[in-house]
Amino acid sequence: MAERPSWIQRILSVPNDNPWKTVGVAVVLCLVCSVVVSATAVGLRDLQEANKREEVRRNILEVSGLMRPDADIDELFKQVEPRIVDLRTGSFTDAVDYEDYVQRDAARDPATSVALTADEDIASIRRKAHYAKVYLVKDAQGSVNTVILPVHGYGLWSTLYGYLAVKPDGREVIGLQFYEHAETPGLGGEVDNPSWRGQWPGKLLFDDDGDLRIEVVKGAAASGPEGIYQVDGLAGATLTSRGVNNLVRFWADENGFGPFLNNLQQELADNG
Amino acid sequence: MAETRKLVTDPLIENNPIILQTLGICSALAVTSSLEVSLIMCIALTSVTAFSNLSISLIRHQVPGSIRIIVQMVIIASLVIVVDQILKAYAYEISKTLSVFVGLIITNCIVMGRAEAYAMQNPPLASFLDGVGNGLGYSAILISVAVIRELFGAGTLLGLEILPLVKNGGWYEPNGLLLLPPSAFFIIGCFIWILRTVKTKQREKIAFQIMDVQVKEHA
Repeated sequence: MAERPSWIQRILSVPNDNPWKTVGVAVVLCLVCSVVVSATAVGLRDLQEANKREEVRRNILEVSGLMRPDADIDELFKQVEPRIVDLRTGSFTDAVDYEDYVQRDAARDPATSVALTADEDIASIRRKAHYAKVYLVKDAQGSVNTVILPVHGYGLWSTLYGYLAVKPDGREVIGLQFYEHAETPGLGGEVDNPSWRGQWPGKLLFDDDGDLRIEVVKGAAASGPEGIYQVDGLAGATLTSRGVNNLVRFWADENGFGPFLNNLQQELADNG
Repeated sequence: MAETRKLVTDPLIENNPIILQTLGICSALAVTSSLEVSLIMCIALTSVTAFSNLSISLIRHQVPGSIRIIVQMVIIASLVIVVDQILKAYAYEISKTLSVFVGLIITNCIVMGRAEAYAMQNPPLASFLDGVGNGLGYSAILISVAVIRELFGAGTLLGLEILPLVKNGGWYEPNGLLLLPPSAFFIIGCFIWILRTVKTKQREKIAFQIMDVQVKEHA
C-alpha cells in the first residue's frame, strides 16, 4: 500500500498554472531571497563600516600630505587629533563627543543645525550643523602643522564631500580632496585627478587684509601675483568647477570656518 | 564525462557569449581599462551566473510559467546584492571603482540568457557547470581586452610597470584612446573578425542582400 503523500508533496504536486501556487511560489521565493540578502548585509556590516572609517582616515592623511603608498595608517594616524569646532563662535568645544559625532546627520536635525538663507547658501547645502569635526595634524614636537576642515557643497549632479587642509596660519592651503561625489567621470570627476589637486597646495585663501580671495577661475589661473589666489577650472566641467569654488569660498568665509580660521592661532595656543 | 567537460569548455571559443552571441557587451566596455578591476568583475559575474543557474535549476519544476522571468530576476538580483556586499566588505577599493557595474550584472544578458535558455530545462549540476563555462567565456574576453588596454594604454599590468613610459623617463608613449571605452569596441570587433575568419562556421548567414543598383547610362 502506497504511503499517503506528505503535505509538502501535495503542495509540490499542485499544477504550476494554479493561481494560488503562483502567488505561493512568489511569496516563498521573496521570503527566501530577502532572508539571504539581509543576512549578508547584516553579517558584513561591521567589515564594511571598518572599511569606510579606514577610507576617511586615508583621505585625511592624503589631504595633509602624510600618506605614503605603503604606510601604516594606524601608525600615521597617531599624529592626528580630532576636535570639534563650534561654527557659531569659531572656537574648539567639548559640547559633543567627537567619536560619535556625524556632521551630516547633525545638519539634518533642526536642534543641531541652522537653516541658511539663499544669500548665505552659496554652496547649496541648505542647512549647516552647529559643530564641525576638524582634525589637527601634529609634528614630532607635538605642535600643530596642519588643520583639516570638512567641507561640502553642491556641484553639478551631487554634493561633493571632502577635506580642505590649511596651515596653522589659517591662510595657506595644504590640500583639497573629495572623498565622495558623483560628478561625471572624466569631466567633473577630474576633481580627483592628482594633477588638478596638485594646484591647491600653496594657494592663499585670504589676502593680507583678511579678505577672502581664493577662487576657481574659468580657464587657467592668472600668472601674476593674483595667481596665488586662483586655481584653474576643470575643462568641460564649468558647473562642477563653480561648485568647488562656491563650497571652498563658503567654508572659508564667515558662515563657514571664517571665525575659526581668524582666531586659529589663538585657539591652537589655548589647545596646548 | 566528455559531455560535462563540453559544458565548461564550449562557451570559451566555440560558443562564446560575448563574441558569438554578442551578449554582455556593456560591462565589457566599461570595466576593461584595468586588469585588476576586470578580474574582480569576471569572478563576480561567473559566480552570479553559476549560482543563479544552480538555484533556478533546482526549482525549475515548481516555477509557474507566467512568473518565470520575474522569479529568475529575483534570484539573480539577490545574488548580485550578495556579491556587491561581499565586495564592499573584502575589496573596498575595487568595489568603488566597479561601483554601478556590479549592480548592473543584474541586467547582464548572459546571466538572464543562461537562466532562461539552459537552467530552466536542465538538471542542477549541468546548469551550474554551464554557468561556470559561460562566466569563463565572458572572463576570457574581458581579460584579453583588459590586458591589451592596460598594457598599451597605461604601460602597466595589474598596476606594475611593464612598458616604461616616456613621462617616467622610459621610451613608451601610451595610447590614451585605449583607456577610453570605445577602444574596447574596436578590440572586441577585431576578436570577432579573427574568430569568424578562422572558424567560418561561426559566420552568420546573410539575412538580406543589399540590392545591386544598376546604374543606367543616361543617353
